[in-house]
Amino acid sequence: MLEVERRGAEAAAGQYYMLKSWETELTLMRPISIFKAETDALHFMYRTVGQGTQRMARLKAGDPIRLLGPCGNGYPCAEIKGKVAVLGGGVGIPPLCETAKTLKNNGVEVDAYLGFRDVLFAVEDFEPYCANIFVSTEKGEEGYKGFVTDLLKPENYDVVLTCGPEVMMRKVASMCAEKGTTSYCSLEHRMACGIGACLGCSIRTKNGMKRVCKDGPVFLSTDLLWD
Amino acid sequence: MAEMNNKVNLAVKVAGVDFKNPLIAASGTFGFGEEYNELYDVGLLGGISSKGLTLHPKDGNEGIRVWETASGMMNSVGLQNPGVEAFIDHGIAQMRRFGNVLIANMGGHSMEDYITGASMLSGADIDMLELNISCPNVKSGGMAFGIKADVAKEVVGEVRKVCAKPLIVKLSPNAENIVDMALACEEAGADALSLVNTFQAMAIDIHKRKPVFNNVYAGLSGAAIKPIALRMVHSVCKKVQVPVVGIGGIYTAEDVVEFIMAGAAAVQIGTVNFNNPVVGREILENLVQLCQKEGIADLNEIRGIC
Repeated sequence: MLEVERRGAEAAAGQYYMLKSWETELTLMRPISIFKAETDALHFMYRTVGQGTQRMARLKAGDPIRLLGPCGNGYPCAEIKGKVAVLGGGVGIPPLCETAKTLKNNGVEVDAYLGFRDVLFAVEDFEPYCANIFVSTEKGEEGYKGFVTDLLKPENYDVVLTCGPEVMMRKVASMCAEKGTTSYCSLEHRMACGIGACLGCSIRTKNGMKRVCKDGPVFLSTDLLWD
Repeated sequence: MAEMNNKVNLAVKVAGVDFKNPLIAASGTFGFGEEYNELYDVGLLGGISSKGLTLHPKDGNEGIRVWETASGMMNSVGLQNPGVEAFIDHGIAQMRRFGNVLIANMGGHSMEDYITGASMLSGADIDMLELNISCPNVKSGGMAFGIKADVAKEVVGEVRKVCAKPLIVKLSPNAENIVDMALACEEAGADALSLVNTFQAMAIDIHKRKPVFNNVYAGLSGAAIKPIALRMVHSVCKKVQVPVVGIGGIYTAEDVVEFIMAGAAAVQIGTVNFNNPVVGREILENLVQLCQKEGIADLNEIRGIC
């Protein structure tokens, strides 16, 4: 977890920042989504996987960090009405917390579906904003045993917002399409510039080539081509 | 700062075109300038080289396109671009707003594409054409033009015939012999040379037991290539008469001065923009201070002194 002093920027649910705690020892900044945006602080929750996140994990309180953002387009919370499910898997879970908060503040009823490999995290952070929280683990250590998508009934919701492994989001998109429920996916992609200039994260969509960093990371599921 | 600026003259001239300073945003790293202009006034830069254009629009490569490496990165974007016509219709007006030197960068797949594209751009409101004969990420020939000097000479010669604008030819470090390549392009009518483009390189995903990039090979850039790029710029500058624009892992004002001491007329910054999106402005500020500290009143004093 990384807590950064907030300096004014309006950050929306589902947006991300490019972060670095290095000068040029590593070349690229790292895109990390907003877990919680508070009046005076931004919280980022990340999994330590590579050189960049390892360096972040070694930071001590008060160490400097560079941020670029907020970047991209988040979930269209202002347009969402009715009953909503946020469904996250693994590292896709954190951005849905700020999303649930925003929706709840807008008077939308939110249920959370959170899929974990084995150890739960952040569940309590969703509690203030969600009417119901469903959790799953792959081997059943906590909650439902299996995939969290097994628990979702799209017909019970007006909109489903998802973030996580591609295979999971693809499943959510197809379940929602089948029941006529609108769904949005937040895509993860390797990025270089983070602002739409380098075209390092382009994907093919039904509306042509799109930049995950700038046009996304959130896309209407029906605009996506998964192959 | 304004007062300090007065004491150092950063202005340079490349092939008859005046740049207010030697810093140019490198093609492919800066789009058409619009995104970075939201972060700082990119008109501060001496010039901007556009995203690499091709005659027809291109979607670019499938699969992973960027990959971080030790002191650098690899890319395999594959020249995703809107095509020459869309650039002429929309891109140029957008870039003109910045008020600095507008360089259109163009690559190609065939002699015909090069000639048609160059001829269209020659008639458009650009300041210079940078001919990319060196993109390693496009199959079916893009690279071949940049490897063999006699092939490069032919394409540059044909483009020269249809191009009334100052013509920069961007060289690949993968050329069989970079000096022979430079001399061939000069002889074929290039007004300037820019070097180097990315080095052809490879990464393997050991867990998947497959190359990272769909095209197997991709282009390496960043600090890792700087000393080699500097050597190539140096050796080319010793042999050619035309001005050389230095490219390759330039991250700092000190790097800029190194390339100018090696003989470069101007330089391009690419990969470093990803590390720090406002680095162009910072390098310019630092360059003024560095010149003051080193007693350099004009970059012409130090050009090619090594």
